[in-house]
Amino acid sequence: MAVAEPLAMRTELSDTARLRAWSTTVDHKRIGLLYVGTSLIFLVIGGLEALLIRWQLWAPELRVLGPTQFNQLFTMHGTTMIFFVVMPMLLGFANYLVPLMIGARDMAFPRLNALSYWLYALGGALTHFSFFAGGAPDVGWFAYAPLTEYTFSRGHSTDYWILGLLVSGLGSLFTGINLLTTILALRAPGMNLARMPLFVWMMLVDAILLIFAIPPLTAAQLMLLLDRSLGAHFFDTQAGGSALLWQHLFWFFGHPEVYILALPAFGMISEIVPVFSRKVIFGYESVAAATVTIGVISMGVWAHHMFTVGMSDVLDAIFSGASFLIAVPTGIKMFNWIATLYGGRLRFESPLLFAVGFLAMFVMGGLTGIMLAAVPIDWQVSDSYFVVAHFHYVLFGGSLFAIMAGFFYWFPKASGRRLSERLGRWQFWIMLAGFNLTFGPMHVAGLLGMPRRIYTYSDDRGWTLWNQLATVGALVLGVAFVLFFWNLFVSWRRGAPAGDDPWDAWTLEWATHSPPAPYNFETIPPVHSRRPLWDLKHPQDPDWILPDRAQPEVIA
Amino acid sequence: MNAGSLANRSERRRAAAEFGLGAHDAPRIGMLAFLCSEAAFFATLIIAYLTYLGQADVGPTPGEILSLGLAGANTVVLLSSSVTLWWASQAMTAGRTRSACSGLIVTILLGSLFLAGTAYEWRELIDARGLTISTNLFGTTYYTLVGCHAFHVTLGVLAMLVLAGLLASRALSAGASRGFELVEWYWHFVDGVWIAVFLVVYVWGR
Repeated sequence: MAVAEPLAMRTELSDTARLRAWSTTVDHKRIGLLYVGTSLIFLVIGGLEALLIRWQLWAPELRVLGPTQFNQLFTMHGTTMIFFVVMPMLLGFANYLVPLMIGARDMAFPRLNALSYWLYALGGALTHFSFFAGGAPDVGWFAYAPLTEYTFSRGHSTDYWILGLLVSGLGSLFTGINLLTTILALRAPGMNLARMPLFVWMMLVDAILLIFAIPPLTAAQLMLLLDRSLGAHFFDTQAGGSALLWQHLFWFFGHPEVYILALPAFGMISEIVPVFSRKVIFGYESVAAATVTIGVISMGVWAHHMFTVGMSDVLDAIFSGASFLIAVPTGIKMFNWIATLYGGRLRFESPLLFAVGFLAMFVMGGLTGIMLAAVPIDWQVSDSYFVVAHFHYVLFGGSLFAIMAGFFYWFPKASGRRLSERLGRWQFWIMLAGFNLTFGPMHVAGLLGMPRRIYTYSDDRGWTLWNQLATVGALVLGVAFVLFFWNLFVSWRRGAPAGDDPWDAWTLEWATHSPPAPYNFETIPPVHSRRPLWDLKHPQDPDWILPDRAQPEVIA
Repeated sequence: MNAGSLANRSERRRAAAEFGLGAHDAPRIGMLAFLCSEAAFFATLIIAYLTYLGQADVGPTPGEILSLGLAGANTVVLLSSSVTLWWASQAMTAGRTRSACSGLIVTILLGSLFLAGTAYEWRELIDARGLTISTNLFGTTYYTLVGCHAFHVTLGVLAMLVLAGLLASRALSAGASRGFELVEWYWHFVDGVWIAVFLVVYVWGR
């Protein structure tokens, strides 16, 4: 297939013309890269905030930071990592990959797509502008009322938090609408729902979660904004307002949000594990069904974040039960991935390394999740470092390891070059060690009673060792990220040329050029099975059977 | 209905069955998804309203100051605007540009009348009854819910003004227009939300 040479096209433009082209782009691939690039910048910011936090907690009674600064840093670390790093990073991957995977020319609404990105960028900038406008938000990433009321939070830091999240939330909502529409309406002929790549399945459910979870948060933030600026009383406990309503509304968004961050990661793993095991995914249907089940249940577990506020026993039992229940479809996926690996011809290159790292780390996070779903355990360790350890195993050990796998797997598609395999291996092992060194000891600190969000502690608590281990681990993680950024930087320009299909993969994004031309596909690729590229490469042994052709002989 | 379009339709249905294609089209799905998110937004506001119903520790209460007559008249105005818009869209499909345009203008007038009614009601509440958003929990939840709805009505009126302008300048001719259809969906949705708001705030909550 002779196609215009895409690599040659991008060197012709002057710098201003290129800036113009990128800032006005409506191409899903460029918007995807903008999302990923911007979220990498925020990753550096959020990571440095984490390092400052760990420095402050290195020893008892340290005064590297004051209490107010510490509050600002953990608030901004959480807000940044969730809203401005992991979420947009995953939406960026989805933007880049979903149209390619389903054989489409672009997203359904390209200009809305550009609007989504710029709303995200504006939201991130607004939130971070607070640093220069009298101080960053210091109310924690879930910003419990009534601490956020004007009485207790003077100045404008909380307003920046509200506005930043409101704006970027709208961007995410529009991306959700866009993804849903793209997946339902723009699939190539033959790509019916049962033949979609699993990443696309996960993004379909993800989009629905975005559509239903973000508006309640938007409404809650509007209420908070009215409280703060017009003297309304939604969360003003002095005038009969309810602090609990904020918790319900926030977590009604907040828990689906966890799955909004996890499902795309599951999707990446479901693409990478089969290709590097040289086997089709074990139980495609059950993975898709488990995804839908997770989506449904995730809308009904939010109050497990609130066991300690004193709900009725019945409510506690219901939300506890639902939280146990959601472990079932998640566990099903685990077995799907493991069964795919089992007996495969494994190619332990960086994408698979990170994917297996994901499996192991996510299981740990899942197990502590089941523990926390039990009400009495939650009462005991709620708001302790045990919870901090748990959700970092889920979101860092889970989502971020999967994102790393995704970077190593799809970087060749976006750049035409490979990331360095050698640096990738180093990064993986250093990251795995650093991750467990940072967050493993937090389980112990939490069980010993260390509350989250305290800016320092006294020497006689027995927490010092665990904090020091965590701080050393954070530095090790820092090294891993330096390697990662160095790898990205060098390989983007000088990495080994990858070719169109470096992994001998089966989904449609590998059927076009690396990087793909603006129009994606020269001709719409034929889709007869779940592995259209396999069919193209193996016309004698396709995954599908022609109606008028004899069944191929089964080879024992 | 000619044979060609029938064949086309069965062709499309066959394609839909085999490929999962053609049965859906992007703008409709997008609008539907957007309306779902809007429903979640309004549901949240209504839940907040119901949570705080009767919880205010100072007056006035809804029963003391809300006028069912005014709200009822406003409801009639808004619901009839849905009827006139439906009539306009029928004219649109039938290719009668002029009727479609006048139907649209009547709808815009009715929508504006609804907004004027709300403005009048708010002026009374604020000036004569002394209820503002910061008076008590009732004021807080009432102005937020009704205000968010009125904001959506305003957006609908603006969208219909654009459509009317396009129709009047012949930039948009009758026959099926996707833009017209989607604005119509939006308008009916906003009317539906009003029914919920009316029942919750003026009937049940009073």
